[in-house]
Amino acid sequence: MSILVNKDTRLICQGITGKAGEFHSTQCKAYGTNLVGGVTPGRGGQTAVGVPVFDTCVEAVAKTGANATMIFVPPPFAADSIMEAADAGIELIIAITEGIPVVDMVRATAYLKAHRPNVRLIGPNCPGVITPGECKIGIMPGYIHKPGRVGVVSRSGTLTYEAVWQLTNLGIGQSTCVGIGGDPVNGTSFSDVLMMFQKDDNTEAIMMMGEIGGNAEEQAAQLKKDGIVTKPMAAFIAGQTAPPGKRMGHAGAIISGGSGAAADKIAALEAAGILIAKSPADMGVTLQKALKG
Amino acid sequence: MKIHEYQAKELMRAAGVATPDGIVVSTPEEAAAAFTKLGAPLQVVKAQVHAGGRGKGIAVGPDDDRDDALLVASGKKERKPGMARGVQLVKTAEEAKAAAASLLGKTLVTYQTGAVGSKINKVLVTVGHDIAKELYLGLAIDRAQQAPVLMASTEGGVEIEKVAHETPEKIHRETIDVGLGLADFQGRKVAKALGLEGKTAGKAAALVKALVKLCIEKDASLIEINPLIVTDSGDVMALDGKMTFDDNALFRHPEIAAMIDTDEEDPAELRAAKSGLSYVNLDGDIACLVNGAGLAMSTMDLIKYHGGEPANFLDVGGGADKNQVLEGFRILLAEPRVKAVLVNIFGGIMQCDIIAAAILAAYDEIDFRVPLVVRLEGTNVEKGMAMLSESGRPIIVAKGLTDAAQKVVAAAAGK
Repeated sequence: MSILVNKDTRLICQGITGKAGEFHSTQCKAYGTNLVGGVTPGRGGQTAVGVPVFDTCVEAVAKTGANATMIFVPPPFAADSIMEAADAGIELIIAITEGIPVVDMVRATAYLKAHRPNVRLIGPNCPGVITPGECKIGIMPGYIHKPGRVGVVSRSGTLTYEAVWQLTNLGIGQSTCVGIGGDPVNGTSFSDVLMMFQKDDNTEAIMMMGEIGGNAEEQAAQLKKDGIVTKPMAAFIAGQTAPPGKRMGHAGAIISGGSGAAADKIAALEAAGILIAKSPADMGVTLQKALKG
Repeated sequence: MKIHEYQAKELMRAAGVATPDGIVVSTPEEAAAAFTKLGAPLQVVKAQVHAGGRGKGIAVGPDDDRDDALLVASGKKERKPGMARGVQLVKTAEEAKAAAASLLGKTLVTYQTGAVGSKINKVLVTVGHDIAKELYLGLAIDRAQQAPVLMASTEGGVEIEKVAHETPEKIHRETIDVGLGLADFQGRKVAKALGLEGKTAGKAAALVKALVKLCIEKDASLIEINPLIVTDSGDVMALDGKMTFDDNALFRHPEIAAMIDTDEEDPAELRAAKSGLSYVNLDGDIACLVNGAGLAMSTMDLIKYHGGEPANFLDVGGGADKNQVLEGFRILLAEPRVKAVLVNIFGGIMQCDIIAAAILAAYDEIDFRVPLVVRLEGTNVEKGMAMLSESGRPIIVAKGLTDAAQKVVAAAAGK
């Protein structure tokens, strides 16, 4: 067991003929992911990464039985691609693209809520999702992961790799690692993923990497505090030294109007009984401590 | 991206939001001419800088004490005679000229700019109005609602953060459907919440609707009108205007992108943005170059945790190729206060030996005046580290995050 993706996941890539799409589709396939096709409008009938390319998602689903998609479409068209995938009946949409206008994401998330409420969107601006040893969808390096029982969830890419690598080096494997992305408006929140890990029999503990901006970490802490999430948790919050009013790389990483500061998030997480790694070097050992109780 | 008040008002006027007449000028003589042209008995001269708190802000020259000005601008000290405020009332063309002269070319220090202040290159000369009511209107993307939310309050003219903190019930919120814009009934609700009646309520509802349309059409991430005023004759207008735009959407609004005032931006941040790097200047002396925003923030935190002070945030992206590393180094080393540099790269799919080669190539192209500590992780890490150690260049190689932080903090301290 795991969450979101496993060896039965049938993946297409939207934007498979682009440089990043082709490169990462190749990497995912090499990891063992069941890549069944790709979509690039105007390129239907061609082959890329050894799989057929279609003009539309609906055609790709009809011909391949795909149930998941990975989106590398450039920012101006990416939100439209998310809606296209949902319309075609794809249940899991993982949007890697960075730089999508926020109003486009407001439209896309509203469209999903209104017309395809059962679709799960992960991202955008995220590294993707991996269930080690079974299925990798996204841009994360596969080899740093190890199959196991810790669920990992994060707003950032390389920081997640850092945490996963620390866990793997301690001999602690992962059930599934989910990058929810660094944008202010995204498909899946920390709380959503915590609920999935809570219900997953193969996840024993949860490692969460948050950052400044918004209050998704505080909401996640509340689930733990209220006893809805009961599994042991460790967390790290990036941006303790970030100045207010400045966007730190991610579109969503900004302290504004007196909210979103790291100190407030850490206080909320600690109050909920979640162990906090004080240094990013201690993410793995803090989770280890949480596991031991 | 932020724009000036006069630019925000131009956009608002074009969208159907009433604003007082005004003319933006860059010399005292033009200010006098603008006063005459506008012809109103009472006018206002307003410094055009991006920061808030201009009304209480103090304009300083090169010889003035900025820390003292900041205390006055923050309300911690009495204003001395002769200290020029960022917003001044004037009754004659001569006064307009004098007010403009007291601001143009000076630096405005406000509680938001800090002692550094912000250079005043333009002032807005604008018609003064009698004020029956001061209200507040704001629009921002709400993450939890995943939609723009309109905020309206009867508490105009004060900081909205203060209102939100002390009397949150005084802020009325309307969630906006971006497909629909503001529905008419929402406009009526807002007018009611603002305590407006009759024709004035109708005018306010129309103004709010126009403002919402402007926000969606131009991809504004924040709009604030503080204050929105009701005049004695029952007109409703935006006395001030602040707009921030979604950087990710500027590609479809070249007319907005052209409004950028590069004098208001940090030159290093602008330079970094041109090369696709994400950079933020901080006060410390330990520079860092990292791949990925989350890891870059964590690296700053790590430096602080080990007793150092980070000089910047710099995300070179997931890959880190030679040109990006080179430009990153140039930007970091241009800051005279930097005493040591930490490179922290989690290679991932990129191989560490390729990254090491990029670092070495970049190292050789610039005069590396301070110690460099490098921490790499990922595929071929041993090979990459060996390339750095055996390069003959004085690069300090670190193993792990803690080792890297300790070494760079020691190097910055000259140990």
